Amino acid sequence: MALKEMHPEAVAGIVDRVVSRWRRDPTCMVQILREIQEACDWIPPEAIDRLQATLGVPRTKIEGVAGFYSFFYLQPRGRYRVLFSDNVTDRMQGNMALMERLCGSLWVEPGKVSEDGLVSIDKTSCTGMCDQGPGMLVNNLAITRLSVERIDQIAELIRNEVPLLDWPAEFFAVEDNIRKADILLASSMQPGDALRAARERVPSDGLAASNMRSWREGLPSGLGGPAAMLDEIKRANLRGRGGAGFTTGLKWEACRNAPLKAGQQRFVVCNADEGEPGTFKDRVLLTSYADLVFEGMTVAAYAIGARRGFLYLRGEYRYLLEPLNVVLERRRKDNLLGTNIIGIPGGDFDIEIHLGAGAYVCGEESALIESLEGKRGTPRNRPPFPVTNGYLDQPTIVNNVETFAAAALIALNGGEWYAGIGTKHSAGTKILSVSGDCERPGIYEYPFGVSVRQVLEDCGAKDTQAVQVSGPSGICVAPAEFDRVIGFEDIPTAGAFTIFDNSRDMFEVARNYVHFFQHESCGFCTPCRVGTSLLKNLMDKLHNGCGSPYDFAEIEKLNQLLQSMSHCGLGHTACNPVLDTIEKFRPAYEKHMRQADFEPAFDLDRALAAARQMTGRDDPAAHIIKEEFGEDA
Amino acid sequence: MTQTFTLDGKTVPFEDGQTIMQAATKAGVFIPHLCYHPEFKPHGSCKLCTVKVNGRQTASCTMRAMPGMVVESDTEEINAERRALTQMLFVEGNHFCPSCEKSGNCQLQATAYHLGMMSPHFDHFFPNRAVDASHPEVLLDFNRCILCSLCVRASRDVDGKNVFALSGRGIKTHLIVNAKSGRLGDTDFTLADKAAQVCPVGVILVKRKGFSVPIGERTYDKAPIAATVEGR
Repeated sequence: MALKEMHPEAVAGIVDRVVSRWRRDPTCMVQILREIQEACDWIPPEAIDRLQATLGVPRTKIEGVAGFYSFFYLQPRGRYRVLFSDNVTDRMQGNMALMERLCGSLWVEPGKVSEDGLVSIDKTSCTGMCDQGPGMLVNNLAITRLSVERIDQIAELIRNEVPLLDWPAEFFAVEDNIRKADILLASSMQPGDALRAARERVPSDGLAASNMRSWREGLPSGLGGPAAMLDEIKRANLRGRGGAGFTTGLKWEACRNAPLKAGQQRFVVCNADEGEPGTFKDRVLLTSYADLVFEGMTVAAYAIGARRGFLYLRGEYRYLLEPLNVVLERRRKDNLLGTNIIGIPGGDFDIEIHLGAGAYVCGEESALIESLEGKRGTPRNRPPFPVTNGYLDQPTIVNNVETFAAAALIALNGGEWYAGIGTKHSAGTKILSVSGDCERPGIYEYPFGVSVRQVLEDCGAKDTQAVQVSGPSGICVAPAEFDRVIGFEDIPTAGAFTIFDNSRDMFEVARNYVHFFQHESCGFCTPCRVGTSLLKNLMDKLHNGCGSPYDFAEIEKLNQLLQSMSHCGLGHTACNPVLDTIEKFRPAYEKHMRQADFEPAFDLDRALAAARQMTGRDDPAAHIIKEEFGEDA
Repeated sequence: MTQTFTLDGKTVPFEDGQTIMQAATKAGVFIPHLCYHPEFKPHGSCKLCTVKVNGRQTASCTMRAMPGMVVESDTEEINAERRALTQMLFVEGNHFCPSCEKSGNCQLQATAYHLGMMSPHFDHFFPNRAVDASHPEVLLDFNRCILCSLCVRASRDVDGKNVFALSGRGIKTHLIVNAKSGRLGDTDFTLADKAAQVCPVGVILVKRKGFSVPIGERTYDKAPIAATVEGR
């Protein structure tokens, strides 16, 4: 057996080291499991034995958490764990052929571990490299710009068991691809500028400045800065950049005003679980504008009176962990984090980074908090909302990366300045992650109110058939609507802007998105857990040429059920791509139907596929009525 | 002063902190449910108890009652959706009522009757799930698990044992048992546990008792599930 055999004592040593690094705190379970896996290549039963003993947490809880996240393995995986990003843009860039090639040259089946335990190859949801794809993760480290040559090199490196650290550095190079910068991306703000500006603010008489609570509850100082800062955020009319567009000022104020019980405190959480397929602007912000983001978080802490903050970073961006920690360390040294920040008495705040482990649903704020608490990422029942009952049942604000960056700018330049940019209902700028069929994919920052047409022109898109704005949970825009604008009053977006030219099959686009939702459903509620699977099966049925008009009615019925009965936004939006494309690109669906009336879903030849695989046969005699099988056979 | 809300036009009183489900049950109004159990913290996952509150759908087991709320429950529209959810639960697992020893005592079956479910409608998933007969007194048949997590809550909150938990994600979510071997026989589970008594379907079964009450004389053979509501 070539699997890395580890002595139980060695495993126990690893577990003990990891556990003590995380303060023996069971609420850090996701981080503990991640570090154990990084050391052991999987989470062996002996590690769970040890965790159970040292943390006093029952085995069921540990396995329940480990089983939830895609990147945790309770069964041995390869020493090289290859995951191909499977967003629709990766598909368009040919990821499937590349995966087949790698599987072929390493003699391993997709989803399985090679017999020598060396390598496992599988697919994963969008890794956020759509502007430089196709992408993959190897042991959770991102690799970009896959090509046939690169795949062959990777096969060679794996076969020769070259340690990941010695792989060519250019494999791991991630470009920012900033194509258009506005106030945020062109900002020359120096670390600390925004905080010092916030400190200098005094409450204006005109606005009811909530109350005069200072940074640390009960501190007897006349600091008006926090309340004044909050007023600036409100004046800026800043709305959340994660897609839903909740008014940031209201959220902060509700958290600031939430009563604290004895021993409780307030928390600032930055949602960097950028999981919406096609979105990658937070990757760029955290790569090149981390100070802006951390400064925004600190400003928020100042305004609401929080002393602890978290950055919840998606597991796909594991490679950013060390650089971000370097930034945090520098900020501590410069007194921009820690105690008495920039000389404000009682101005204490620090930030800890937690990594996700492959679960899109953790982008939902209450699921994210569950994950931060070391649990399965299941969205909570609401109310109560996080602003009163968030992290460990304490008042918590959760905001998007871009929202915090904008808050830092508002602290520096004031709310009025910010409100003057963009449109009446959508103040400020929006960063778009442009990918798909265009000449210049990358990051584009626009004041709100820019038209779809303008963006298409700027990025060099030709013969555009459709744009999916805000990813699978957003809307699909057809050419007739290209004059619609980006903004909360028309097309709200978290930032994804995925372009499809006339050569693309919009049915296959929708099918890719449906597969995504099915894979990412958390499984908590019946309608989403079962409904997304039923929907996937229906789309596959259409793909296989067995669809009928009846299936369209079924899809619509499922959509209604998901929208009305689901527990969270994932279920509510899982049918969006299908309904949108059926409405706007019906011919793409009809092309997949061999009969306009009825086609039996049971397909004898397809049913024999397993038998063919088992016997290693694929000759004509192993098929039934082969000639009737179209392009998909 | 008692506070009230209306439920399908009927005035229902409630006390502070009560959920719609609790108040309705007290008033003798049945709202279909599977993951809700009056003795445990509501979970809100099966979504069968969904009602319309002031025109918006929400789970009645987790939603606090508020004065003046207008709640719709027993309408054709909502019941049709509940029926579809029930059908989803039937096709997700392997439910064969005629050969199941829980038949007649099964809440899923009784709910399907209540909602007038005539067929499973959707394609069956036919999942491959194991049976665990390792425990001397109790059999686990995971084929019928609907992931209501009542056994999880009972074991954790009442028995203080954490014998059960949910693992996996999405359609692969499944019940696990607190033992390295994954077998119930290797846990401290006993017949006296609350968790042994709460399964609404036929997963947790007491051995050698399956047919001590003959089919035809069981709970829901005698009265439909709606008639078993507490306040009646």
